[in-house]
Amino acid sequence: MNWEGLAFQAVDGLASASGLFFVAAGLSLIFGVTRIINIAHGSLYMLGTYIAVSLASAIGGPLGFWGGVAATAIIVGVIGALIEIVLLRRIYSAPELFQLLATFALLLVINDAALWLWGPQDLLGPRAPGLRGSLEILGRHMPSYDAFLIVIAPVVLCVLHIVFVRSRFGRLVRAATEDRDMLGALGVNQSVLFTAVFALGAFLAGLGGALQMPREPASLGTDLTVITDAFVVVVVGGMGSIVGSYVAAVIIAEVKALCIGIGLVALGGVSVNFSKFTLIAEFLVMAVVLVARPQGLLGRPQIAVRGEAALEAPIRSASRTLTVFGIAVLVILAALPFLARSSPYTLVLGVDVLIAVLFATSLHFIMGPGGMHSFGHAAYFGLGAYGAALAVRWFAAPMGLALAAAPVAAALGALLFGWFAVRLSGVYLAMLTLAFAQIIWSIIYQWQDLTGGSNGVLGIWPNPPFDRLPVFFLLSLALVAAGVVLMRRILLAPFGYAMRAGRDSPLRAEAIGIDVKKVHWLAFAVAGTVCGVAGGIFAFAKGSISPETISIDHSVNGLVMVLLGGLGTLSGPIVGASVFAILQDFVMQETEYWHALLGGIILVLVLAFPSGLVGGFLRIAARWRRP
Amino acid sequence: MSAPPGLAVEHLDAWYGAAQVLYDVTFTVGRGEVVALMGRNGAGKSTTMKAVMGLLARRRGVVRLNGRDISGLKPFEIARLGMGYTPEDRRIFSELTVLENLDAGRQPPRHFADGTPAPLWTPETLFRLFPNLAELRDRPGGRMSGGEQQMLTIARTLMGNPLVVLLDEPSEGIAPVIVEQIADTIVELKKRGLSILLSEQNAAFAQIVSDRAYMLEKGQIRWAGTMAELADNTDVQRNYLTL
Repeated sequence: MNWEGLAFQAVDGLASASGLFFVAAGLSLIFGVTRIINIAHGSLYMLGTYIAVSLASAIGGPLGFWGGVAATAIIVGVIGALIEIVLLRRIYSAPELFQLLATFALLLVINDAALWLWGPQDLLGPRAPGLRGSLEILGRHMPSYDAFLIVIAPVVLCVLHIVFVRSRFGRLVRAATEDRDMLGALGVNQSVLFTAVFALGAFLAGLGGALQMPREPASLGTDLTVITDAFVVVVVGGMGSIVGSYVAAVIIAEVKALCIGIGLVALGGVSVNFSKFTLIAEFLVMAVVLVARPQGLLGRPQIAVRGEAALEAPIRSASRTLTVFGIAVLVILAALPFLARSSPYTLVLGVDVLIAVLFATSLHFIMGPGGMHSFGHAAYFGLGAYGAALAVRWFAAPMGLALAAAPVAAALGALLFGWFAVRLSGVYLAMLTLAFAQIIWSIIYQWQDLTGGSNGVLGIWPNPPFDRLPVFFLLSLALVAAGVVLMRRILLAPFGYAMRAGRDSPLRAEAIGIDVKKVHWLAFAVAGTVCGVAGGIFAFAKGSISPETISIDHSVNGLVMVLLGGLGTLSGPIVGASVFAILQDFVMQETEYWHALLGGIILVLVLAFPSGLVGGFLRIAARWRRP
Repeated sequence: MSAPPGLAVEHLDAWYGAAQVLYDVTFTVGRGEVVALMGRNGAGKSTTMKAVMGLLARRRGVVRLNGRDISGLKPFEIARLGMGYTPEDRRIFSELTVLENLDAGRQPPRHFADGTPAPLWTPETLFRLFPNLAELRDRPGGRMSGGEQQMLTIARTLMGNPLVVLLDEPSEGIAPVIVEQIADTIVELKKRGLSILLSEQNAAFAQIVSDRAYMLEKGQIRWAGTMAELADNTDVQRNYLTL
């Protein structure tokens, strides 16, 4: 490493900061006014690159490139307006969690639409006409286009700033960020304002995506990576602050650039490769900012949106009918190895369903009664799975011991991350849990010597007699049933009341002597621990694991299971997980467009059955009972 | 036939969630009239105003603005027909300056039902009405005193050139000098033909500016009469106002 190399990396960092800024600014703007975290914003960026590449190669020349970039931004802006009018308008008053899931569903649908339109191959864009050369900076060559990118972001920032200060539209947007209902009472049509803001945000994302075309190919994977990066930027910079987005984008891009620039360093005899920290670096920055200044560097403390919150019916202990029904289901499941002797696949699916049930129930434990919407629950599943697998790989631990290591590993992770998480609420908590899951993912992905990296850990097989599927199924059933019953007991004990009291009114709960943070921290740890058991079973059921177990996809699957069953009841996640696991098993093999289907299911759920399958069933039952 | 009253509310019911908070509330405010909605804390004064403004999702009954039924409309539509609302907690945009706050409330000129033009307000005319604000024009709303914010919220509402103004507790928690200024303002607005509905716990303030009063208790109107009648009726005062 030398200073010139470091400085060159720093300049290069500015170029990548600009792409990040465009997405983050739009995301932040939309959140500020509509209070919706638009996960599909990453898709708009991705569409931007695809559309720009298509236009540039169809038309060709400077007109195709520069005209294409401009046309792309407008097209994506129009797509954004349509999304707002068709979908988001219906969910402004829905709970935060539903909004997050609905926009995630949109991401899935758009991703499959892009797959259908452009195919699975990455598309390379042309280089920018007029900016093909390079500039000499610090003795190295820097593409002129990168220099252009470094300049364009502050220019756009200034234009936005002027719009927001000088125009009436800008003033109304700033007013709406503070109190949109009051603005309505002053005669401003919020719907039009919201659509306009959404279109502007989408325009910026499309522009950002289009401008990246000479640097990176259009690829189906960019939507998720870009949205995760942009979230981090927005959270660090402060929700709703565009200047904050720029500052944060620069800080994060610089921290990453420095990690690459520093490279291999010998620290006390151990050589540390800093370039491996790039994936974690941004999340570390975010975690530090969230704990030290939860509203972000330039953000304001989040004002609760005014509105009437729907009251949730309290959780009740099981009625006698339900208890009998539950025991009957258990008995049938226990007999399943004998009933399904002719089709061993039933048991394989059975184990999958059981794992899903424990995963979803533990997530519901903190989400429903705890009110903490974790978007990174797969972290604890993965910690459990890796805890068990690594115990086998490195210590040749017998299965019993390895299965015990699973919850221990998960519990340690949950205690550590939970301590940070319970200090936040709402979308910030959701984002922090997501960030922690990403940190775990990247550690496991990058620490190849210990974890096997992307190959994962292979050859984790159960000891006899559990190597026989029926016996393993019964073991899983026993563990899952024990976990579910344990969590039910906790929720219906005073500790569970304290959890719910802390969820419904933290202030009042503290006033009657409940240490809300501590209760929620412990609850987080319990959920993580139980989830770790599910991960342990998973490792032995599959015989091999990979970082996939910790992916955002897996976390979101958990959310869909919980939502499918409904948040309001204890049996919800069990039903939701079972339906989801079986559905996934059957449908996934049938279609190439599983993501779009999953997205469609989520959208239908959010729009039509907001209380989930069990909630919907109870409502119909109540109507039927009434004469 | 005489012109319809500025504001007429008939059989208004309203709910917060599942709990009913207003029962069969009926009253009118004539053109150029100041009417006080009175009652203790929690009697339903602010709720009535929110329901009239369309800010409560669940409501039933008829609300007419200059004879036109506005019951099912959204708040922004109601505002665009000439209803102004200044909330109890003022809800100033704290990041916006005084001038920007005023601009957020700007609406086109308006006419009364009989075709005569309604008072047209600009920042300059409003600064004449509230001289204190003139000196603060570039100050962010968040860095103003309670009294200054109260003047700003009234001024911001007037920027919409309203025909009817709902003033929710304008004298609450404000220095006496400014209360006097606000009383003058209300009299001035009345003189210019606006219909004003005022919610007040402060009987002395209501006495100075109002023509008539309605007494609310537990979401129902219990008494109605002129201010002179109220001043003479110690029973009503004791039953519905004093603690």
